[in-house]
Amino acid sequence: MIIRGDEPEQLRLLKRLYKPGNYFLQGNEAVAYGALFAGCRFYAGYPITPSSEIAETMARELPKLGGYYLQMEDEIGSIAAMVGASWTGFKVMTATAGPGFSLMQENLGYAVMTETPLVLVDVQRSGPSTGQATKGAQGDFFQAKWGTHGDHPIVAVSPISVEDAFWETVRAFNISEKLRTPVVVLFDGVLAHTREQIRIPDVEEVEITYRKLPKNEEEAKLPFGDPHGDGVPPMPLFGHGYFTHVTGSTHKENGLRDVYTPEVHDRLVRRIHRKIEQNKHVYEKYEEYFTDDAEILVVSWGVTARPSLGAVLKARDEGIRVGLFVPKTVHPFPGKRIKELGKKVRAILVPEMNLGQLILEVQRFVNDDVLLKGVNKIGGVPLTVEEILREIRGVA
Amino acid sequence: MAKEIYSTYPMVKYLRKEALPTALCPGCGGGTVLNAFANAVDQLKIDPKDLVVVSGIGCSAWIASPYFLADTLHTTHGRAIAFATGVKVGLPDKKVVVISGDGDLASIGGNHLLHAARRNIDITVLLVNNFIYGMTGGQVAPTTPFGAKTTTSPYRNIEHPLQISETVAAAGASYVARWTTAHVYQLIESIKTALQVKGFSLVEVISQCPVQYGRRNKMKEPAEMLRWFLKNSVPVSKAKKMSPEELEGKFIIGEIINRQRPEFTEELNKLIDEVQEHFGLKGE
Ligand SMILES: Cc1ncc(C[n+]2csc(CCOP(=O)(O)OP(=O)(O)O)c2C)c(N)n1
Ligand code: SF4
Repeated sequence: MIIRGDEPEQLRLLKRLYKPGNYFLQGNEAVAYGALFAGCRFYAGYPITPSSEIAETMARELPKLGGYYLQMEDEIGSIAAMVGASWTGFKVMTATAGPGFSLMQENLGYAVMTETPLVLVDVQRSGPSTGQATKGAQGDFFQAKWGTHGDHPIVAVSPISVEDAFWETVRAFNISEKLRTPVVVLFDGVLAHTREQIRIPDVEEVEITYRKLPKNEEEAKLPFGDPHGDGVPPMPLFGHGYFTHVTGSTHKENGLRDVYTPEVHDRLVRRIHRKIEQNKHVYEKYEEYFTDDAEILVVSWGVTARPSLGAVLKARDEGIRVGLFVPKTVHPFPGKRIKELGKKVRAILVPEMNLGQLILEVQRFVNDDVLLKGVNKIGGVPLTVEEILREIRGVA
Repeated sequence: MAKEIYSTYPMVKYLRKEALPTALCPGCGGGTVLNAFANAVDQLKIDPKDLVVVSGIGCSAWIASPYFLADTLHTTHGRAIAFATGVKVGLPDKKVVVISGDGDLASIGGNHLLHAARRNIDITVLLVNNFIYGMTGGQVAPTTPFGAKTTTSPYRNIEHPLQISETVAAAGASYVARWTTAHVYQLIESIKTALQVKGFSLVEVISQCPVQYGRRNKMKEPAEMLRWFLKNSVPVSKAKKMSPEELEGKFIIGEIINRQRPEFTEELNKLIDEVQEHFGLKGE
């Protein structure tokens, strides 16, 4: 059984095609190259601004690596094709923006329920609805978490720069493969279209993981079991004679549907949750700046984390004891760490390009005696250093 | 008695025993479709290890998954063909078959159906047309005959049914045929052809749902529905000479189209070869 993209000649091809060094790339291109380095060899998508350059880069580069680009008839078909391809052993990705992400939600839930690894990049744009289609935003924080129906966990990562987009995409694939689960990359239209210097690494510098495959017939017969106690079942790929049955309906460890026994549903859905909870080490990631002595904390994510850092640096120059916390994995939210930090500071500011979403997660973990304030901007223009600095001074 | 027949049923080797008995109502046409498909696989000596069967949601979707013993993917409502597209690209040497209902494939899934036919991807679709949404309790479907009664057209259906086979043929499929569950041997032959054709193939099976459709349209017994099929079936060749008025309410049976066109996964792999050749990446 093979995971496509794993063959030794793939490494040689990558080395031939992408020389390490500094490049001037767009955020969307960085996502695409991250995917290629991570082993993605199947992309199915439907064009939507501001994500389209990801599709265009994949359409151009994938065939060189022997990979497949499919332009499907819509977003629903795109994620469906990805699930099908993932069960044949491909690492798969799609990229979309708000309206397309909405269309993908039903099958995102299907991927959670059937434990299908895939990476879904949502290049957030201004909404609701078609909103300002060409402008960036950070309004899909909760769509990523609660967009599909039912009780389900989700893992979402969020890059803060063009170079970070490369590495966070690689990380999204690694998490997805390790935990046999879909991973959302919450990117945004601002960084997607920003050009920055990025260093394309040597192939060997990129750590790549592959999903667990069944060791024997016995493991293959339980595609939804938990033989290793980590909550992650080995994945018997299609086409190898295992006669695997996969369904989005409630199923037993052997894959067969049982929607009548409460315990079966309880066992399955709780394991899918437990798999994410107990493997925090696989995905938890955040960055901290000056949090040791901070009495004011800025918590920011994605594109807004950078003007936030700029503002914190300037405020520090002015002698304000302010720190910055940036969750890189935004779901599940690193609440434990926020709780610790929340006990040490008297004010928390949460800048984001929406009317207040991440702030609700922060709120769950801090006490009432902490001043909690959102710094919010909508309209498609990112927050500036000055705008955030002004707010920091305001609570200093 | 019933047990005896069952124990000598040779096609049982293709079924997932732990999933039996099936959830289909007695007299449902779904059993005939499962039987015909198993016979076609058997006659062509296809190893089930070389099969991946995909279905959407609905009674007809269950024919394949879970009951057929192969790799089976039971997907979301309407999306089976899109899922199957990913499977086929991943496993171009396997036979990828979609078995599902008319509501699933032609209503909510209509877009995927048309575009898979246009791409001419090598997938075989068995579309079970029972004129109704069976699983959800007998609501009106895009295939419900004009004037028929359903739970959501309690007075009469005022919409015109979609001619699925003709539409899919026009969209670019390589092979399209239509039969009813009263034409079992012809049906098996068509499924065999469809499985061997390189390209998108669709076999529409007009099938009885006595419980949800028949009961409300004066055909409570499965046999009454089969007689209705037989009485109103017109072979393609004869239909060509008939006027649209004469064909109203008739089932055109036989091969609607059978042609060769470049197939999607082959073209995709050819393209990759060309690109790798062009960039001097071959044999790396
Ligand atoms: C998105 C979505 N909408 C609606 C349903 C409910 N639903 C389940 S089966 C079905 C109809 C199936 O009809 P058909 O494909 O004709 O199959 P049949 O049961 O008649 O064989 C519907 C509407 C669903 N499961 N998902
Ligand atoms: S409701 Fe109709 S289609 Fe569904 S199993 Fe019963 S007879 Fe068959």
